[in-house]
Amino acid sequence: MIYTQSPLAIGLFIFFVSFVLGLSFYLARRTSSADSYYAAGGNVHWFTNGIAFAGDYLSAASFLGICGMIATAGYDGWMYSIGYLAGWIVALFLVAEPMKRLGKYTFTDALDSKFNSKSIQLTAAISTLLVSVFYLIPQMVGAGVLVQPLLGLPHWVGVCIVGVVVTIIVATAGMASTTYVQFFKGSLLLIMSTVVVIYVLTQGLSTSPVNNGQPYHDFKTLQADAALNISEAGYSVVSGLDSEFGKADFVKLTKDGRETIWHLNKNNQGFRLEETLYVTKMADGTKTFNGAAKEKGQFFPVGHIKELRVNGQEVATTGAVGPLAYLSALKDSTIVLWGKKYIHDGANTVTVYYQKPTPGDRVLRPGLKFKVDNATGTQTFNFVSLMLALFCGTAALPHILIRYYTVPSQAAARKSTIVAIAAIGFFYILTLFLGMGAMTNGVINLTDNNMSAPLLALSFGVVLFSVISSLAFATVLGTVSGLIVAASGAVAHDLMDNFLGMRMTDHGKVRAGKISAVVVGCIAIYLGIIFEGMNVSFLVGWAFAVAASANLPAILMLLFWKRTTAKGIAASISVGLVSSLGLILISPDMWVRYGYLPTDAPISFNSPALISIPLSFLALVVVSMITQKDLVTTTATETAGA
Amino acid sequence: MAHGPAVKLGKDNASAYKTKLGVKMFIAYTLVYAIFVAINATTPKTMQSIVLGQTAAVIWGFGLIGLALVMAVIYNHLCTRAEARMNS
Repeated sequence: MIYTQSPLAIGLFIFFVSFVLGLSFYLARRTSSADSYYAAGGNVHWFTNGIAFAGDYLSAASFLGICGMIATAGYDGWMYSIGYLAGWIVALFLVAEPMKRLGKYTFTDALDSKFNSKSIQLTAAISTLLVSVFYLIPQMVGAGVLVQPLLGLPHWVGVCIVGVVVTIIVATAGMASTTYVQFFKGSLLLIMSTVVVIYVLTQGLSTSPVNNGQPYHDFKTLQADAALNISEAGYSVVSGLDSEFGKADFVKLTKDGRETIWHLNKNNQGFRLEETLYVTKMADGTKTFNGAAKEKGQFFPVGHIKELRVNGQEVATTGAVGPLAYLSALKDSTIVLWGKKYIHDGANTVTVYYQKPTPGDRVLRPGLKFKVDNATGTQTFNFVSLMLALFCGTAALPHILIRYYTVPSQAAARKSTIVAIAAIGFFYILTLFLGMGAMTNGVINLTDNNMSAPLLALSFGVVLFSVISSLAFATVLGTVSGLIVAASGAVAHDLMDNFLGMRMTDHGKVRAGKISAVVVGCIAIYLGIIFEGMNVSFLVGWAFAVAASANLPAILMLLFWKRTTAKGIAASISVGLVSSLGLILISPDMWVRYGYLPTDAPISFNSPALISIPLSFLALVVVSMITQKDLVTTTATETAGA
Repeated sequence: MAHGPAVKLGKDNASAYKTKLGVKMFIAYTLVYAIFVAINATTPKTMQSIVLGQTAAVIWGFGLIGLALVMAVIYNHLCTRAEARMNS
């Protein structure tokens, strides 16, 4: 897939970056105290904070990852949207007001409000740092992915640009600049995503999608007899039925000196051959795309409807439709999805992408990505565990929780959460249309589905693409700045000030926060570069599982179980961290990354939440029961409902 | 170092009421979410059936997102009313 840099895209990118930097320098003049640096002075309006919540939450994983997953796996991608949104219910009903009431600058403040315990300060700060770093890595990797098509710059340059800009944003005005950058980005993301969806619905559905004026590639079919004699002249077989290709139901042909790979489908006359797309990785690591260099543009964007039906009638196009009619037509149609197989061809590894026509009502229900049909116990466990992590993770993310300290009251904390639910819920409904739009508009890059939403915008013209890509970059900027505020607060406030007891003036605390932000920013740049190529959604899933296991049990039990002790909370955080991280590190997915077979992994599941969350609760209860004599209650502090 | 709020908060007499209400509404939503996950995990084909012209999965998805917003608005209304009544 070839991307052409547009001067408009570059101009918009420079405008966005200049705007957020200018805003940060302007707000820096008002950021001299620790309250203003860590909590934006605690006087942000609830509506502004609600949209800023959306800006914080709708990260690269939501905008790029979910849309890409829906584009290639249908409803299963949208399951992430549903799970992420449901998590906000935990935040609203259980966590929002108590967090505001108990905390000052960080998530650790709230946990430690009743105890003033060194063990809580240390474990909660480590948990905040780890979760923030796990969340930072995919954002930085996402920045590197975006900067290549947008500016034509290599991955590491994109990571450095984001790292430097965000560090300046945070180091100048802390939570104040971060809040307004998030508000700006969250608002624009909602508006522009709505515009793209309006384009999708106005264009409607078609069996021949047009991509920015370019017609969709016509994937050919051939007929062959049982001995693989091709009916169309000029083709000869390179690798037949007995080869590794044949064993995987493919055949390699050549015509006019160009090799192509075809998917074999048995029929009455022998075989029907369907054209595929393939990537060949040579022994020296170089890659070709459909037998040619990437720049040749032979690796076509995909995604189309094979049979389009409206009210039982087969049609070529629907014209403009409403949102429900759009989904209804998709449900009744047949959509071409793409399967993937790996074949060893001598010293080369060939990844073959082949067409899989799928009924629309099958696409619009779970099961294409998650193994839920005739699932084994492990597969069901994996699915339920993931849905649990999504549900429990949101209310335990440190960079989300600290936003409750920026509003003036508990009612404002509650109202800002409701604004967040409305904004994020609306966005997640849009993701279904963005993803399905990409699935049927011939824009998917099969080697990197993260770019599906920007490329869908490109299919409507370069102006929309420029705006959406710049906005996606701003999305990364916003989320990373929130994470760096959370991480720097954990270092400067929780560790240096509280745990180590370093006595600092108010000005000194701000300076410590800014220095921590610079250090965390440098670490984020380094990690963003070395993790190039890692799946964006993969690490976000880690962050949710770790946050849900390490933080949520401690928060909930502190609020709702009066016998909770400081040692119980520290034990809960430690057990949650160690068990979730430990299970992830020995999971089949990680085994593949170590270069081993997934079946050789010590455990058979990838999502740890269903084990690590109960373990964390259990550790808290057991240790609290053992250490009841340490329980110190003060009349000055309160627990929920007290 | 003190851990209390960055801004001074007044006493909230409605706190206990809001906590109980929050727990009840949380349980209600969690039950619906759990049923959704259970259907997907055990009988995913059920989600392919057509309800109101869409697959049941799509209706469930819109329903869960819409329910979250409706419950949030109801919760805020009840909390605001309780705050006005108890903190006046």
